[in-house]
Amino acid sequence: MKYQPVIGLEVHVQLLTDTKIFCGCSTKFGAEPNSQTCPVCLGLPGALPVLNKKVVEFAIKAGLSTNCSITPRSLFARKNYFYPDLPKGYQISQFEDPICQWGWLDIKVDGEETKRIRITRIHMEEDAGKLVHGELSGPGDGSGVDLNRACTPLLEVVSEPDLRSSDEAVVYLKQLHQIVTWLGICDGNMEEGSFRCDANVSVMPAGSSTLGTRAEIKNVNSFKFVKQAIEYEIGRQIELIEDGGTVVQETRLFDPDSGTTRSMRSKEEAHDYRYFPDPDLVPLVISDQWIERSRQELPELPEQRQRRFTDDLGLTLYDAEVLTSSRALADYFEAGVAAGGNAKAIGNWIMGEITRALNDSGVSIEACPVTPGQLAELLKLIDIGTISGKIAKTVFEEMWKSGKTPQSIVEEQGLVQVSDSGAIEGIIDEIMAANAGQVEEYRGGKEKVFGFFVGQVMKASRGKANPSVVNELLLSKLKG
Amino acid sequence: MNIFDMTIHQLHSALKEKQLSSVEATTAMLARIKAVEPQVGSFITLTPEQALTDAASADIRIAAGKAGVLTGIPLALKDIFLTEGIRTTCGSRILENFIPPYSATSWEKLKDQGAVLLGKLNQDEFAMGSSNESSAYGITRNPWDTSCIPGGSSGGSAAAVAAGEAIATLGTDTGGSIRQPASHCGCVGLKPTYGRVSRYGVIAYASSLDQVGPLTRDVADCAIMLGAIAGHDPKDSTSVDTPVPDYTASLTTGVKGLKIGLPKEYFIAGLDPEVQVAMDAAIETYRRLGAEFVDISLPHTDYAVATYYLIATAEASSNLARYDGVRFGHRAEANCLLDMYGKSRSEGFGAEVKRRIMLGTYALSSGYYDAYYVKAQKVRTLIMNDFMAAFANVDVMLTPVAPTPAFKIGEKINDPLQMYLSDIFTIPVNLAGTCAMSLPAGFSAGGLPIGLQLIGKPFGEETLLQAGYAFEQVTEWHSRKATI
Repeated sequence: MKYQPVIGLEVHVQLLTDTKIFCGCSTKFGAEPNSQTCPVCLGLPGALPVLNKKVVEFAIKAGLSTNCSITPRSLFARKNYFYPDLPKGYQISQFEDPICQWGWLDIKVDGEETKRIRITRIHMEEDAGKLVHGELSGPGDGSGVDLNRACTPLLEVVSEPDLRSSDEAVVYLKQLHQIVTWLGICDGNMEEGSFRCDANVSVMPAGSSTLGTRAEIKNVNSFKFVKQAIEYEIGRQIELIEDGGTVVQETRLFDPDSGTTRSMRSKEEAHDYRYFPDPDLVPLVISDQWIERSRQELPELPEQRQRRFTDDLGLTLYDAEVLTSSRALADYFEAGVAAGGNAKAIGNWIMGEITRALNDSGVSIEACPVTPGQLAELLKLIDIGTISGKIAKTVFEEMWKSGKTPQSIVEEQGLVQVSDSGAIEGIIDEIMAANAGQVEEYRGGKEKVFGFFVGQVMKASRGKANPSVVNELLLSKLKG
Repeated sequence: MNIFDMTIHQLHSALKEKQLSSVEATTAMLARIKAVEPQVGSFITLTPEQALTDAASADIRIAAGKAGVLTGIPLALKDIFLTEGIRTTCGSRILENFIPPYSATSWEKLKDQGAVLLGKLNQDEFAMGSSNESSAYGITRNPWDTSCIPGGSSGGSAAAVAAGEAIATLGTDTGGSIRQPASHCGCVGLKPTYGRVSRYGVIAYASSLDQVGPLTRDVADCAIMLGAIAGHDPKDSTSVDTPVPDYTASLTTGVKGLKIGLPKEYFIAGLDPEVQVAMDAAIETYRRLGAEFVDISLPHTDYAVATYYLIATAEASSNLARYDGVRFGHRAEANCLLDMYGKSRSEGFGAEVKRRIMLGTYALSSGYYDAYYVKAQKVRTLIMNDFMAAFANVDVMLTPVAPTPAFKIGEKINDPLQMYLSDIFTIPVNLAGTCAMSLPAGFSAGGLPIGLQLIGKPFGEETLLQAGYAFEQVTEWHSRKATI
């Protein structure tokens, strides 16, 4: 029998606010344990939450960018459960009436039709703290609680079970990742858990319309693992059904070392969270004006920008996609074009030399030592024939190292291209004289030797000879 | 006149006139506490050294001519208010050793004015009770008859005012916890409108109902205290940003033409005859003062107690989850996390608190939520609507505070339902979120105080205080002292 996998994703997006969602403590990562805490995020008796407006603004932006409706009156709810990293014994989240509802993203998997993935809801909530095991400086070997992360703002983005393969899931996830990083509301760091995902996976017989029983897979923190976890889980469920078993509703944990999932808790062991509206927070009322203001403030989103790059600048869709993989990269590209560079050439250089250099040195595009203006200037030097494309790579390396302008490097190092045919002819004559045997071979019909001569001329001119002039002159001289 | 019998305004005059220093007044209060505390038991924690230090600084301020009306006045707080560096137990064993790192906004405000803290007052554990018998720190006795309860949950706050152990106190009121003990101990007690006073730093029982308020010897003091603690607090999202009137300045407005509603559901057959007599007399007094009476109905009154015990316990079950032994409070020794939770909470909480946590957990449980919690919220809206509809025709309402005067210690402790019913006239006000005041209005044959309740419109505290003040001018109930 053939099976149809059905997947829905719940994505946690940690927001890049300076302070926590319900208090004024810093959200900075990596501080001394419990140094960024106060009565509110410690859950001390008598402490009360006060909503950080920035979180609401970020949530509205995320909602508008994923085609959601913004709920005019949304509520915070308490999700009750006991755990040592949860100081109040409940998490403040949203349950009924979340801030964003009924959105969608259009995704496209290579070679397939565009497909609409519905987003059920986006809600705001606070993160829990972190348990620290076996690293305590104090006596004993117990576990410690670090509440620096407690009360850090999160968005949870919940999709409908509209995804049908691990590839679709990854494309959807990447697109969402791109949007939240593009908006500047999340740093997107999956290793540090700033962007993490739970996957609900089930399978049903192909052609059926009745969904199978789902398993929720937790702890999936890279795109690669999402694919791996979903594929493993699909395989596990199909095998189970083929062997006459039934899938049980449960929560499973993904183990990145083995690439498998294992049962964490069954439906029976699932918590009853006893959600109810948090009486410490008043309903959040968002006016139409507020929504409109947020809409005005939205940056041009990746999809819109891609369209402009292909339609106005003549890039291929592929190039446009690569150049909009982050907002900073797209900004860099556009600045280069604005500085007078040829769009196609700027794009190629960014995707080639720049990306390579960034990767080699572990530098982000924001910190790129070569400015877009300098890159455009370099490409202009090629265009007007001052330097060859090959020399440009040498110049680029020097620009990267020294931060100097291409013009000054070319001048200082005497790299100006030699196009003067007299000078080049002289070099050619010398080389032909020194390699009479090869000249004979060429004239005897062995045309491959041509390359040898080009190489020799370039070498003798230290790469500065204009290649097309070299070609032209060599050809006529060799032909005799 | 005994210093310990003075009101805030009397003591303030004496301090200002230099007839007395705050250190002398505080010393006199501490002596009074020492003398009567064994019979009353108002306090959980005394802070005599702190009090004398505060008093000395207040005297400097007074000498510099910078005294406010509360500067140098010895006060005490229900042990539900967080006080930085001073143990705060909330009447519970689970917070036996809890020293808060910050103070409640309401106490900060009083402290800024130069008030002197005598100590922390006894209360029902986590404010759950109507008799002060659920405290983990022993019972508090009614100063008028030490075989009786002082009322609860702010029992210590009322008893201390009545016994001369504090000039005035702060309490909290979730279902009557200021008004009922004020009534039983013959003090003035005001539960402000929800949102009028910050809840920040006040240990939560039921967040949508809890409100901070004063217990005092007369209405003028009540106006002073409310004026000092009221106002918006950016740390409490539910506190309301409405201007705070000058309550003292408008006290003498009088009640001529004031329309007072008499809700028929509050004058029921089971009402103690002596309470009925006191109410009749109060109505007559107000009539003489020029007020008009209107018969009104609050038709959903019967459902108030049931509604309250669903909403309050649901919120409490969640509010009290933080007492898990992990970061503060009592922690039991155990071999695993679950046992640690179970044992810590089972040892730390008393019977009434456990009962309410279980009731509330049940009301919020999957499958019961709609039938209990959601239904209760709907009824709460109906009760609120009752009040709003009635207030379209009247300015205030007059009712008894409690169906009976103070009952005997031990009389209802094994009958929770009977205990719950002692708040039958006070609970609806919390559900409606509006304000109400308890005023001394008579005595039983046995010498126990009887209070009358004035219920005001939302943010109508000013009217309540005016009406209370007018009543006080022509009655002497508030000036009687308990002989202890």
